[in-house]
Amino acid sequence: MAGKIKSLLALGAVVLTTAALAWAGADAPAQASGAPKPAITKAVKGEQCVEDIDFMRRNHMKLLNHQRDKTVIEGVRTKKHSLKECIECHASEKTGSVAAARDDFCVSCHSYAAVKIDCFECHSTKPQGPMSMHPLNAETVRYKHKLAARTTSGVSAQEMAGVAQ
Amino acid sequence: MSELNSMSNQAPESPERRRFVGAATAVAGLAIAPGVMLYQVAHGRPDDQSASSAVRWGMLVDSTKCASGCNDCVSACSTENGWTPVAESKHPRQAPQWIRKLELEDPLTQMETNLPMMCQHCAEPPCVDVCPTGASFKRADGIVLVNRHTCIGCRYCMMACPYKARSLVHEPLNDTQKPDVPRGMGCVEACTFCVQKVDRGDGNTACAEACAAAGHNALLFGDMNDPESGISRRLRELPTKQVRADLNLNLGVRYHGI
Repeated sequence: MAGKIKSLLALGAVVLTTAALAWAGADAPAQASGAPKPAITKAVKGEQCVEDIDFMRRNHMKLLNHQRDKTVIEGVRTKKHSLKECIECHASEKTGSVAAARDDFCVSCHSYAAVKIDCFECHSTKPQGPMSMHPLNAETVRYKHKLAARTTSGVSAQEMAGVAQ
Repeated sequence: MSELNSMSNQAPESPERRRFVGAATAVAGLAIAPGVMLYQVAHGRPDDQSASSAVRWGMLVDSTKCASGCNDCVSACSTENGWTPVAESKHPRQAPQWIRKLELEDPLTQMETNLPMMCQHCAEPPCVDVCPTGASFKRADGIVLVNRHTCIGCRYCMMACPYKARSLVHEPLNDTQKPDVPRGMGCVEACTFCVQKVDRGDGNTACAEACAAAGHNALLFGDMNDPESGISRRLRELPTKQVRADLNLNLGVRYHGI
């Protein structure tokens, strides 16, 4: 008799656990779809990042931290891992910046991950010289097909102003 | 006690000894590869090479040529480095000043002297001595800079500087910075000898370029370690002074006519 009760209890536990897991599994995707995914736009300029995309997603901060000390203290100004060059390629064609609007390259991921960045307290978020997206800029002509193919987002810059900083 | 002993053993070399070693190295460099050194000075160094102590950037200010009422060096600096001119600032008494124009008058003779005053890029900078975080530092080529990544805005360096050359940024800059010149609220800043231009290989500063463009030629920028550079030649010819020479800081900015 005692053995029977034991086995019944064990069966009950198994059934409950399975049900709980199934319920949790069904619930998880619903939760994830609630948070807005970061809008990662491809760089306007250039075809390939200086490192693999997977590597950059995990380690860009290490490269930037290393480069900043080399540049400020030693005066080494190689372009490969410099923040200025990141901005040069990744500035959005809409705002001309990497951190002015919610959809801009740096901010879209960082607000999703809830990681505050201080870079743009001091660094300019815009590339040097004339805006890369200016219609009369000869440099832009080469990227025109890419700009046209890009889907536009419904979030306005004004609406999201202030989110960046 | 043992700690004290070890500290006294590591006492820094005296300025004289440093200068002697520096001079000896420079002479050795000249003897080995004069062509290479001249090439580097003329064309700047490659991007991947760090600043070298074989170079010491300096400036000669000829106050006899500095014109009364001319402010071109100050506005050129503000344009190049992206700081708001004091006159346009909402809070002029707090506004950053990387360079300022002084007009002095001798009370006895009423003789007027004009000169720009900025960071003097000391070889023994007091701002570096007092900085609690190591943010204030002297680069190998003699340019005194603030590392904004470590600056905590305590302003000890502003107190220590005998030339009042440093400013604190009091207000947010709202992304108005130049891409080449990062600067931000809560950090101390000063003249950088246009380090971004120097590293690019321009071999000149915005103020000196503006002074030459205005036809005054009162500012001469160059390598004080290279005996053949324009500034070294002028320094050999002209009687020059260091401001507050009594402090024995070995300045990178020398004045003629004061």
